[in-house]
Order: sequence, then structure tokens, then C-alpha cells
Amino acid sequence: MTACLVLTPLIGVIAILMGRDPKATARLTTTVMLITGILLAGLWAMGIREGLSMDPIVLNKPEIRLGLGLYDGMSVIMMLLSVTVAFAAARTGSCEKRHEALWNISLLLIAAGAIGAFISTDLFFFYAFHELALIPTFLMIGILGRGERKIIAWKATIYLAFGSIVLLAGLLWLVSSSGTSSLAFEDLLKTSIPSEDQQGIALFLIIGFGTLVSLFPFHSWAAPTYASAPAPISMLHAGVLKKFGLYGLLRLHPLVPEGMSHWLNLVIVLLIGNILWVGLVTINQKRLDLMLGNSSVMHMGYIFLAFAALIEAGSEAENPVAMPAAILLMFAHGVTIAMLLGLTDRIEKKTGTLDLRNLGGLASLTPRLAFLFGLAAMASIGLPGLANFAGEVMVFIAGFKGWQARSGMGSVQIATIIALWGLVISAVYMLRAYRRTFQGPKGSHTTKAEDLSPSERKPAIFLAFVLVIVGIFPNLLLGLLGDSGSESSESRELQPPSKQVLLPDPEPKSQQAILAN
Amino acid sequence: MPAYWLEATVVILGLILLLMEAFGKSTSRELLRRVAIGGLAFTLVPLYFAVAPSPDNAELSRFYIYDNWAVFFKLLAIVATILVLLMAYDYRRVLNQFTEEPGTDHGTGEFYALPVFACAGMMWMASARDLVSIFVSLELVTITFYILVGYMRRQVGSLEAGVKYLILGALSTGFLVYGMAWIYGVTHTTNLAEISIAIADPDSGIAANPSPLFFGLSLMLLSLAFKIGAVPMHLWIPDVYQGAPTPITAFLSVGSKAAGFIVALRILEPFFASEITRTQTTLIVLIMAGLTLLLGNLAAIAQTNFKRLLAYSSIAHAGFILLAIAAWHPGDAGSLSTHQVVSLYLATYLVITLGAFFVLVVVRNSESTDEISAFDGLGQRNPSLAACATILLSALAGLPLTAGFIGKFFAFQLAISSASANKALWLGVGIGFIGVAASFYYYLKVVRAIYWREPANEEEIPVPQISRIVILSLTALTILFGFWPNPILWVIGG
Repeated sequence: MTACLVLTPLIGVIAILMGRDPKATARLTTTVMLITGILLAGLWAMGIREGLSMDPIVLNKPEIRLGLGLYDGMSVIMMLLSVTVAFAAARTGSCEKRHEALWNISLLLIAAGAIGAFISTDLFFFYAFHELALIPTFLMIGILGRGERKIIAWKATIYLAFGSIVLLAGLLWLVSSSGTSSLAFEDLLKTSIPSEDQQGIALFLIIGFGTLVSLFPFHSWAAPTYASAPAPISMLHAGVLKKFGLYGLLRLHPLVPEGMSHWLNLVIVLLIGNILWVGLVTINQKRLDLMLGNSSVMHMGYIFLAFAALIEAGSEAENPVAMPAAILLMFAHGVTIAMLLGLTDRIEKKTGTLDLRNLGGLASLTPRLAFLFGLAAMASIGLPGLANFAGEVMVFIAGFKGWQARSGMGSVQIATIIALWGLVISAVYMLRAYRRTFQGPKGSHTTKAEDLSPSERKPAIFLAFVLVIVGIFPNLLLGLLGDSGSESSESRELQPPSKQVLLPDPEPKSQQAILAN
Repeated sequence: MPAYWLEATVVILGLILLLMEAFGKSTSRELLRRVAIGGLAFTLVPLYFAVAPSPDNAELSRFYIYDNWAVFFKLLAIVATILVLLMAYDYRRVLNQFTEEPGTDHGTGEFYALPVFACAGMMWMASARDLVSIFVSLELVTITFYILVGYMRRQVGSLEAGVKYLILGALSTGFLVYGMAWIYGVTHTTNLAEISIAIADPDSGIAANPSPLFFGLSLMLLSLAFKIGAVPMHLWIPDVYQGAPTPITAFLSVGSKAAGFIVALRILEPFFASEITRTQTTLIVLIMAGLTLLLGNLAAIAQTNFKRLLAYSSIAHAGFILLAIAAWHPGDAGSLSTHQVVSLYLATYLVITLGAFFVLVVVRNSESTDEISAFDGLGQRNPSLAACATILLSALAGLPLTAGFIGKFFAFQLAISSASANKALWLGVGIGFIGVAASFYYYLKVVRAIYWREPANEEEIPVPQISRIVILSLTALTILFGFWPNPILWVIGG
């Protein structure tokens, strides 16, 4: 049944090729995917795990299976993120009639690739599905992108191809040194890698996955790509596809814990680069789309922080907060950035520009747009009550977790303290951009603009709804991670006190930041 | 039925075609083509039932081997020839322009008969296990190609290609014979099985002084490099590919290459099996692989002609296969052997490359040029052809979920898993990955032309019936093998 999630968009693609109305098909397809996804998550939550997956053998030696199923709670949450964003993306943006088929086919292929990667239970297809997005992205940016679209298309493609190739090298090394004859996660994760190989493998994985997640200093492709690509493509890329790298790192970490811990300080330096360097770059952006693109790169730093905490702890049992923190923040960030990018596309449509110097005072003309954008911007800063807040708090808790174990400050703790300043940075750029767009005197392009029509509102309202629900009940998602192991559920009970102790820490800072502006 | 009847059948088919051409009343080439394709397709039936010649027949089994690989490469040769003949039919307009009486199909009869002889040669190469039979079958293929490459005798490009191919082919034959002489001198036999015993013997003089053996091997590899299109005998490829009639280019790049690789595997097997020679042999092949990968991929970047691009791409693919050979592995429970990886690679390569050449023939027919610019705006002029072309090009680049990825995946897997024993292989892997990265660029250049560029005119590009069916099925196979490579392994006995 899980396979339907990948099959549905592919059937959609074929239907469009056969001449069905592209737009309607894409919408119908993503609706079916959303319903299937929620249904599957519901079944998973109820503990019904049997008969949902399939794994026919496609190659005997080494054993490769076309394994599609829900491997664990992380897969379920990432799958939910994918169907959510795909649903909204299919309802955002528009193009000329003659490009409609290409537009919707690309959208469906990217969605299929992302979901396929998240629900693959076999390393081969886990890698392979992710690459499905490469060509559609190249074409869509090259044909329909904004600005220097051809250069950006090449840049994104070359970066992504480079990342994938380094990653492939790492994965192949991992497979050959594990000595496994089956590439299914189930069998692969049981093996152990000799420690002399772990170091090299871990480096390949960090660089490979890192490039795909736009880890500093391999990030420079990301912001221009999100800014240039047509809205649904950048929503899917920034919201979903990018998370593949983090998902992969979290998934494969148990195989190379020693190797990863060797590179802990490298990861920390790079993630600080993401948060501070890219954060400062973001403040300086003059265009709304580039600002959002850079902010999305910056936020990856927090998720890497959770990953660093996991590396420091060595295993999930040692730091049970790190993994859920990373996953929750991935989900929240995916939904938020998709919403922001979708609305930004609308702003451009209404005003004809995204240059912050030409915008201003939109709120009085387009109150609904202003409200929704404001909500997403607040979520992105980490306002309590919205999903990102829960994720960020958990990330910081995870960062300090190691403090108890080693009873002293380690590099992860120092990084956490530095990262807290990132909240100030993100508050500065988000609120500044909001003010310049929606408040203050009217800019040269904002003398007249229509508010969102009902059909334009729908995807944003849907995403906002998800953000609020997850923000108030993060356990709806975290519960899916649930019984991944008995020891982690025991330590989960120990979790609330530490949460209370540390809770005040990040919050005043973000509020100060808001006040400061 | 003993297997050697297969080659005999194909040769007889070729002779029948020649006789029909010479004495038949009809001037139409349609019948010739049908008989050729039908005859070859019929050969697939006995291929299924054929058995190895009985060991009692000592003289024959000395020269002729019939194992899984032989079956597989015979199948590859037959399928490639059939597809090439199909392609030749849709190429006839161009062909007729440049032969005896421009505009008519007089003098194109042999064009359908000669590939059948080449096919017989390739099938024999797949079964050759003696240096002598290797030489004879190889020459049968090469001499046939001398004629086919220069077939469009009223076109300067084709003639130039013919001359180049002739000169370098003759040179490489010289190297081959010279190398064989050295090997014979060292091992006192031309039989590969006996050579294998001779060089594995630690007490013989070979172990004490293996230089003459390696000299001979290097000369033979040089000559095989000509067949498979590897450095240092790659110079002919771009010019000959560009000048030769497109179906023949496709035949060279698929059939001739595959046959070259099975011979290379047969010759190299004893050298990799023996402890005495393994290290140096690995080094020789690895150097070839590294240079081939670098040259093929980097030189392809600058190409503006699609046929030349495919020529360099064919060099690059030879590099990947050589990498798999350098990482020699007999295969075990968890991984494929070198033979299996090479076969897998060549099978997927056949499907994808022939698909790409079919697309080229269709575009060439309506645009009269092989430049990449002929593809400008194909996405608007014929969306379904453009979609197929995009899939095939992505597969050539090795994008996952296409057949192209499978071959590269296993070539690299083999190289990386052997790299723990031989660190030098890491270098090959590194160069290979650079090659893959470069290949994304040059294949996407064509995709860019198809979708980004504006078309020169709005007319739809017509696709002949045969090409339509073949392109669609090859594209479908490209995707199918990307998900499900097992059927290929069934044939080669995985």
C-alpha cells in the first residue's frame, strides 16, 4: 500500500503525457497522495504495520529489493511532510498554457522522487529515487526560472550532481566494507563497519549529504535556486527534497558512529557557518526570494546542531532528544519555508517585484496575504505555539544534553550557545523583511494590489493549519516515533524535567529580538 | 545442435543475401532487409537450444568455447545487428544520396548483407578460446567494417573515415599478431587454457622473468584497445564515428565494442588468475582505464556535434568497463563477478546507445545535420521524441532509475570493494567520479538544446514507424532495467 505513494504521481505523469488536463491531474494526484499518506500514518500510529510494505527482489546478487514501506517513525514523518508540501505545491503558482504539461510533470516527478527516497527500505532505491528530481529541476529552472535562470540551473545541477556522486562513493564504500550481501536497511543496519573504514566513509557521507542539504560551504547553490525556480519547484526543493540529506545522515549514523564522532568538530564549525555566516548574509539580502532562500540554508544549521548532538552522544539511546528534535524541526521548517515561498510567488504576481526597496505597505491592500505571510514568518523565527518553536527548543535541549553526561562544556554545548544567537539573526531579517514588505509607506510597486483569491489562499491556509496543529500538539508527530526501542521510551520519561529547566533559555532571547525591532 | 552451427548459419545467411543481391530480379532492397532481419531473428531459436561441442571433438573444443558468456555475447551481437539493420532502413534516404546513383537504392545491397558477416565474426569472437581463432574472428569483423565505414562513397567524410579506420585497423592488427607471437614464444602455446596453466606455474621461467610476457600482453591490449575504443588507440573514434553512416557508427559503438570486451576478458582472465602476473596486469588495465575515462569525458565536454559527442561518450563508457576489469573479482555470494558486471554494463549500454542513435537518425533525416543544434526546440516540435531522448540521455549520464545507472553502480562497487586490496584502484574510482560529473554536463547540453532553446522552425519532426516502435521499446527497456536488472542476470547466469 505504501507503494501507492510513489505509483500515484507516476500514474499522474503518464495521464498527463496521454493528454489529460495537467493541472487537474496534478491536483487530483496530490490529493490522493495526501489522503493515502494520512491514512498510512494513522495505521502506523495504531500499530498496524503488517502488509503495508512491499519488497520484491530486483537483483539477486547483491540482493537489491524494490523495498517501499514505512521503515520507522522518521520515514512516516518525512513522508507526511512530502505529501503535505506536494499537496500545497500543486495548488500554487501558474504558468503559460504551453508549459503546463511540463510544469505539472516536473512537480509530480520531484514529489515522487522525494517520497520514494523517504519510504525506500533499501539503500539502492533510497539513493536512486532522490535523483529523480535532478532533470525536472534543471528543465524547470532553465525554462521558467526567474533572473539568471540558465546559470542558476547549471549551478544547481552541477552542485547536486557533485553531492550525489560523493554520496554514492560513500555509500558504495559503506556497503563494501560492511560486507553485506543485501542492501536492505534492515540487513545493512545489523552489520558493523570496521573502524579503520568508518572515518573515510563518514567524511564522504557528510560532504555528500551535506551538499544536498546546503551545508556551509557547499550552500551557495541553494538560495539562488530557490529564488529562481518556479514556486512549486522551490517549495518542494526547499521544503522536502533538501531534507533527504539530513534524513540520510540520521538514518546511516548508527552504522558509522565512530567515524562521525571523528568529524564532530568539523560538523560543528560548518553548522556555525550555516547559522552565523549565512545568517548575516541573509540580513543583507535586498530581494525577498533570495532572503528566504538564504534563511532556509541558515535554518539547516539548527538541524545539523541536533545531528551534532547525536554524534556527540554516539547513539540514539544516549541522547534521546536529538533525533526527535531534528525530525520535528525538519518537518516544521519544510512546511514553513514552503508556505513562505508559495506566498512570495503571490507577492511577485500581485506587485511585479520582489525587491524589498520597491515594496512596502502591502498590509493595507492585501490583509489576508499579510496575515498568512506574517504567520509563516513568525513560525520561521520560532514563535511559541507554532511547529518550529517546539523543534528549536528540542534542538537546544538536545545540544545541552551532553553537558550532563560529561559534566562540563563540550564543543556541542558551545555551539548551542552560539546558535542561540542565530535566533536573533533570524528575527532581525524576517521582521525587517516583513516590515519592508507589508508595513510602512507604500513602495513604488505597491500602490495597487489585489488580495489573495480564495483558490490562492487555500494552500497557504492548509500549511498554516498544519503548522498550528503541530505547534500545539507536537506529540501528534513525535508519537509516531514512539516505540522505536524500549530504552528510549524509558528515557523519554526523564525528559520533561530537563525541558522545564532549559525552556526559559531560548525563549527570552527570541522575544528580545522581536522587541528590538 | 552443436553451438558452432550458429556461426555457420549466420555466414550462410550472409551468402544467401549476397547471392540474392547479385542474381535476384527485384531491385528493391526491402526484401534483402527482411530476409536479413528475419534470418537473424530465427537464429535466436537455435541459440536457445544449442549445446557445447562434445569434448571428444578435441580439435574443435581447443578453439571453441561455449559457456554462459559466449551465449550472452552471441545474443548481444545478434540483437545489435538486428537493430542496426532496422536503423539502416530508416537511414536509407541519407545512404541513397551518397552511393552509386544518388537518390536510388542501387548499390546499397551489400549494406544489408555485410553486417550479417560482421555479426558472425562477433559471435565467433564470443566463443574463441585460442589466439588463432581470436585473430581470425576479429579480422572477419574488422575487414567487414573497413567496407561499411566508407560505404557512402560520394561523401568525403565517409571516405575519410574509411581510410582512417583502415590504416589504424591494419596497425592494430599488426600489434595483435606481434603480441601473440611474443606470448607464444613465452608460453609455447596459443590456447588460452594452456596459457593459463603456463603462467600460473611458479617454477617456470616466466615467474623469474615475466617481462616478455607483459610485453606481449601489452601489445595485445593495445590492439584490443582499438576494438573497444580505449586510450591509447582511441584517436580514430571521433572521426570515424562522425564520418561513417550512422547505423554503422551504432554498430561499431555497440557490437564491435562488446565483442572486443569479451575477447579482452578471455585474454586477461589467465593473467588475473595467476598470482605472478596479477599486480602488473591490474596496473596496466588501470592505467588504460584512468586515461580512457579522463580523455573520453573531458574531451566530450567541448563537442558540438552529436555524433562526435556519442563517440567520446563511447570512449568514456569503455573507461568505466575497463575500471570494472581492473578491479578483477571472481564473484562471491555477496557481489557480482567482473564478467557479470561487464556483461550487465554492455547489455544496458546496448539498449541506451542504440536508442540514442535511433533518435539521431530520425533527427538527421529531417534536419540534414548531426550537430547538437539540430535538436534545438525538439521539446516543442515533437514532445514525445524529446521525452524519449531526454530519458536516453539521462541514462547515458548514469542517472539512477535508468539502466545507465545500474552499469556504473556495479562498476564502481566492484572497484571500491577491490580497492581495499589494491589502493591504486582508489585513483581509478576518483577519476571515474570526475568522469561521471563531467558527463552530466555534456549530456545535459543536449537536453538543454531540446528544451531551453527555441526551434529553428516549427515543423513537427516525423518519426518513421519502425523508429517509433524501436525508440519507444528501447526507452521502456531503459527504465525497466533501471528498476529491475535481474532479467539480464538470468541470461548470464547470476
